[in-house]
Amino acid sequence: MNALAARRRHPAAIAVLILLGLVLTGALYAVVAPKPADAATSRAAAQTAEEGRQLFLANCASCHGKNAEGRETGTPGNIAGPSLAGVGAAAVDFQMGTGRMPLTQPGVQAMEQSQLKFSQEQIDAIGAYVASLAPGPEVPSEEMVDPTLGNVALGGQLYRVNCAMCHNFAASGGALTRGKYAPPIRDISSTHIYEAMQTGPQSMPVFGEGNLSSESKRDIIAYLDALGTQENPGGMSLGSLGPVTEGLFAWVFGLGILVAAAVWLGSKAA
Amino acid sequence: MNEQDTPHTGTDVTPAAQHGTAVRLDEGHVVGEGGLPERFTNPGLPHHVPRMADLDDGAAERAEKQVATLFGISILGTILFVVLYFVIPVEATIDLPGVGLTSASNFALGVTLALSLLGIGFGAVHWAKTLMPDHEVVEDRHPMRATDENRHKVVDILRKDGGEDSQITRRPLIKYTLGGALGLFAVPIALQVGGSLGPMPQKSLSLTWWNGGPSGPGQEPTFTPMRLMRDPENTPIRADDVTIGSALHVMPEGLLPDPVTHEGGTEHVLEEKAKAAVLLMRLDPKQILSQKELDWGYEGIVAYSKICTHVGCPVGLYEQQTHHLLCPCHQSTFDVARDCKVIFGPAARPLPQLKITVDDEGYLVSAQPFMEPVGPSFWERESP
Repeated sequence: MNALAARRRHPAAIAVLILLGLVLTGALYAVVAPKPADAATSRAAAQTAEEGRQLFLANCASCHGKNAEGRETGTPGNIAGPSLAGVGAAAVDFQMGTGRMPLTQPGVQAMEQSQLKFSQEQIDAIGAYVASLAPGPEVPSEEMVDPTLGNVALGGQLYRVNCAMCHNFAASGGALTRGKYAPPIRDISSTHIYEAMQTGPQSMPVFGEGNLSSESKRDIIAYLDALGTQENPGGMSLGSLGPVTEGLFAWVFGLGILVAAAVWLGSKAA
Repeated sequence: MNEQDTPHTGTDVTPAAQHGTAVRLDEGHVVGEGGLPERFTNPGLPHHVPRMADLDDGAAERAEKQVATLFGISILGTILFVVLYFVIPVEATIDLPGVGLTSASNFALGVTLALSLLGIGFGAVHWAKTLMPDHEVVEDRHPMRATDENRHKVVDILRKDGGEDSQITRRPLIKYTLGGALGLFAVPIALQVGGSLGPMPQKSLSLTWWNGGPSGPGQEPTFTPMRLMRDPENTPIRADDVTIGSALHVMPEGLLPDPVTHEGGTEHVLEEKAKAAVLLMRLDPKQILSQKELDWGYEGIVAYSKICTHVGCPVGLYEQQTHHLLCPCHQSTFDVARDCKVIFGPAARPLPQLKITVDDEGYLVSAQPFMEPVGPSFWERESP
């Protein structure tokens, strides 16, 4: 009888056995389980509304309803997802292109993600489907979002009046109430900036044609592009957050260095 | 080591404390009876600890080399400064880890100048700490009171040479007119400080451009309906331009200059803007809970003063989905569906509403001026 067999009646043996069973089941499941339903065809597929509908049903319908009519949760007054009729391809391109949709976790605000689950073709397909439901804002053309065609100075004026109070004077982002926030917008693609202004995602007001014309939007895009590419002559911008970070830097490092220098000056040599 | 010449009545030190030790473990402390000693016992200077450079020639040589190195760094820094000043172009940028994109010239000149100056300073300090003499020196402080003879001499000089010889004591007219001239000397200074404070506000705190035009101190505008204009484009607004969920920043017509040429506009633009700023929003009329707000709006389009009633920051952060207005300075939150009632924060009063309507060309106009002073409280305000 070997050592393992001699211990077969040990009280811990049953725990070890259960653990082994769990590990084996998990491993088997990971190998054999079906892949998450993508319903994605090849990447070269044309962006048709029908392709979009397939993708929508597989990925979005659980919250937004099978016909994008919106869905309520069990709790009265709470919705799982709003109706998408009239939001247009622009909203889809923005929300999915920045990773905010599909929603990865519940919270006061959908957060942008850098790793996207969908390719641009798939996003365009879903956008085509949503656009077919009801008329809505379209994805802007290249010319409409070209920063070189915008007036940077006028864009700066417009930005400071309309955008700087939430997004910060240097587009570093800012806080809203109850945990919501306005994200930094210095390094966002021009198309997404246009679409965000056009559709007014989440807490952001809607800056439609009646509020900011297309030319004004392009001017703001030009200004943001200039903000993102210009240097900081003073060196460290410390996040362009103004007095808070600058004060922290001065008090911690500046005063720290001065205190250290004073201590060194007063101490006796070895 | 410590002197024990204080005359006092206390018990003697116990023999045990002195027994067998070179250092007195009780440090000379004597158990007294609570009275004050006549004199301080002078503890003397702390024991002098010589530095390594004093004891060891090798250490002194090393210290010398260190000081020379620091001065050498300063020289190098200066030379490098001169070279880099000409070599690095002003527009060049450099991407540094931890700092980001920065001006290469600023950075290089800053670092070399720092080395140049700090080298001198640190070198001098290190020289003083290691090589210069470090024996403690005690300088007596002379008593401050002068001798009685000197004091009498000073009084005599002042009285005789100053007072009597200048004849001011014999001639009271000089004394009085001198006092008058010197006293009045303060008047021009005080007058300029006090008189240059500017005009009193009079009614300007309660008036805005919406009352009919310039509303500075002493001005009396008469009301006419004024169009709501976009800031800074200075274009009028139609009712259809305002969609549900949008927020427009509005100024009255005639106030803003042309956005591109910067011509036109009024003289005191900033003072007028600081009172006349208005935020225009559109809500679904069913969401608006205040009848007055509905009446003063136009089909759900409402206009509120943008100046916070707390300290006067522009309240521009409109959260579309909750229809809350947030002031960024102290986080006063106003609920637009309930007539901008304060729901959070230090503001004491809701934002004043501007009654709007549509003129015969379809543009939004003000129907009446603000019915209360905008912005923070002030003493003469009726409702604080």
